[in-house]
Amino acid sequence: MFALVDCNNFYCSCERLFRPDLKQVPMVVLSNNDGCVVARSPEAKALGIGMGVPLFKVRDDIKRHGIRIFSSNYTLYGDISARVMQTLEQFTPRMEIYSIDEAFLDLSGIGKLDDYGRQIRTTVKQHVGIPVSIGIAPTKTLAKLANSAAKRFRATRGVVELCDPRRQQRLLAITPASDIWGIGRNLTRVLQRRGVKTALDLARMEPHRARRLSSVTLERTVRELNGENCIALEEATPKQQIVCSRSFGEKLTDNREVREAVCEFTARAAEKLRREKLLARMVSVFIRTSPFDETGTGYGNTATGTLPRPSSDTLEILHLVSRLFDMVWKNGGRYAKAGVMLGDFCSPDILQLDLFDTGTDHRRNDNLMRAVDSINRDGRGMIRFGGQRPRKDWFMRQEHLSPAYTTKWNCIPVVK
Amino acid sequence: MKAELLGRADHFDALAIPLFLDKVPAGFPSPASDYCERALDLNELCIRTPAATYFVRAQGDSMIEAGIFSGDVLVVDRSLEAKHGDIVIAEFNGELTVKKLELKPETRLVPMNSRHAPVPIPDGAELEIFGVVTTVIHSLRNP
Repeated sequence: MFALVDCNNFYCSCERLFRPDLKQVPMVVLSNNDGCVVARSPEAKALGIGMGVPLFKVRDDIKRHGIRIFSSNYTLYGDISARVMQTLEQFTPRMEIYSIDEAFLDLSGIGKLDDYGRQIRTTVKQHVGIPVSIGIAPTKTLAKLANSAAKRFRATRGVVELCDPRRQQRLLAITPASDIWGIGRNLTRVLQRRGVKTALDLARMEPHRARRLSSVTLERTVRELNGENCIALEEATPKQQIVCSRSFGEKLTDNREVREAVCEFTARAAEKLRREKLLARMVSVFIRTSPFDETGTGYGNTATGTLPRPSSDTLEILHLVSRLFDMVWKNGGRYAKAGVMLGDFCSPDILQLDLFDTGTDHRRNDNLMRAVDSINRDGRGMIRFGGQRPRKDWFMRQEHLSPAYTTKWNCIPVVK
Repeated sequence: MKAELLGRADHFDALAIPLFLDKVPAGFPSPASDYCERALDLNELCIRTPAATYFVRAQGDSMIEAGIFSGDVLVVDRSLEAKHGDIVIAEFNGELTVKKLELKPETRLVPMNSRHAPVPIPDGAELEIFGVVTTVIHSLRNP
């Protein structure tokens, strides 16, 4: 039995936590670099502000309706998210943090699920101050569905327990297939052509036919909609990749500037890699111009390479990154974003050295990296590698950033 | 006012396992093992539920009789149910305010400074309590 706990309008709720004056006020939170709307309060949704729209497209609406705007404050959201998750942990020994604002809880063996769900909801609201919606069902896919019903229908007061097959069917019948977990836009089109419109149509599909039509994933979705548990709780997902990328505050045209940014991302990504105690084999570098850039034609490119041996050494990775960067660079672009991705991980314990590699260099660099990390931990970025830029002034435009209420002493809320 | 020495405070990142220097005999416990303790942690004293604990800063003189002065840091526990007589952080007029909560004979927010008047909460009006103040951190010396 699963519960999906999802924070309501999470970013907006975080911004409101210490600002009672923002209650009932339409507000939006913007993506990195203040580009697009990534969260909306219910009031902003009601005014027709779409999800993901670029800020410049809704400037007029914002002015007309007095919508408050916020830059994304990930320091705050991260701290509040950790508090929500820590509070949820009291309710089950087995849970999966699915995203910054969602978690699956294993509620097997618990009776009176509806009561339990309400208790979870009340506790998170009281302890952390964030409203959540909860969907409870025998499979993760149905729990997702129950959760969206809890959000959509006010009468549910935020909790839907969907264990009765007849209730499941009734809800499936009024839900479009496209609203089901894992059904993307392409799949929706494929299904529509076969006359599968509602979630109930999808649930009634023969599982093997679903597999032939698309993949084993769709088959699993069909089975899950019928209450057959196919997607297990992933308690500790090993990381698949580490991505470090940013949008630039202003468009960059200079090779040296973008290269410096990419080196910076490499240093960050390698640091994360070492924190996870992993080695990477695959390295990817990408740069792109803004999709909303009207002056020039869009350009974006990615290059991927493999390290001679798996490594977490910033210097070794930088060496490859530098070559990859030369491959993707094109003069004349106004670059808006760049990034570095590390992947194909393995553990240092099972690392095989090649025949002529004594491993001495490796160990010496290990010590160097450890020293660099321990110094950078306090003063973030005190020791830097040659290619990194000395200052970070190009990083982000955050014109509407709220204070780090919970993580900096000089930012804590003031009460009178 | 009397002050009582509680013990040694120290900074440590993780809880270390205490090292027992003497063997542990069966029967009568060694009186010396009582001295084997870790240093005191201020967090332990001030914070019961970390996920539900927030810090806020007081401003103004409305709570000086409760020992809360302008600039003090207040430790707020949201997991506690606010009771009559608690010092609480409440939402009032669109901002957060620190006051004493009175529930009898009527609900009101009472400043602890005779120069300020209590704020009655009319019947039917929803009083939102942000959390209960459990500790005041009053620094006696600026760094």
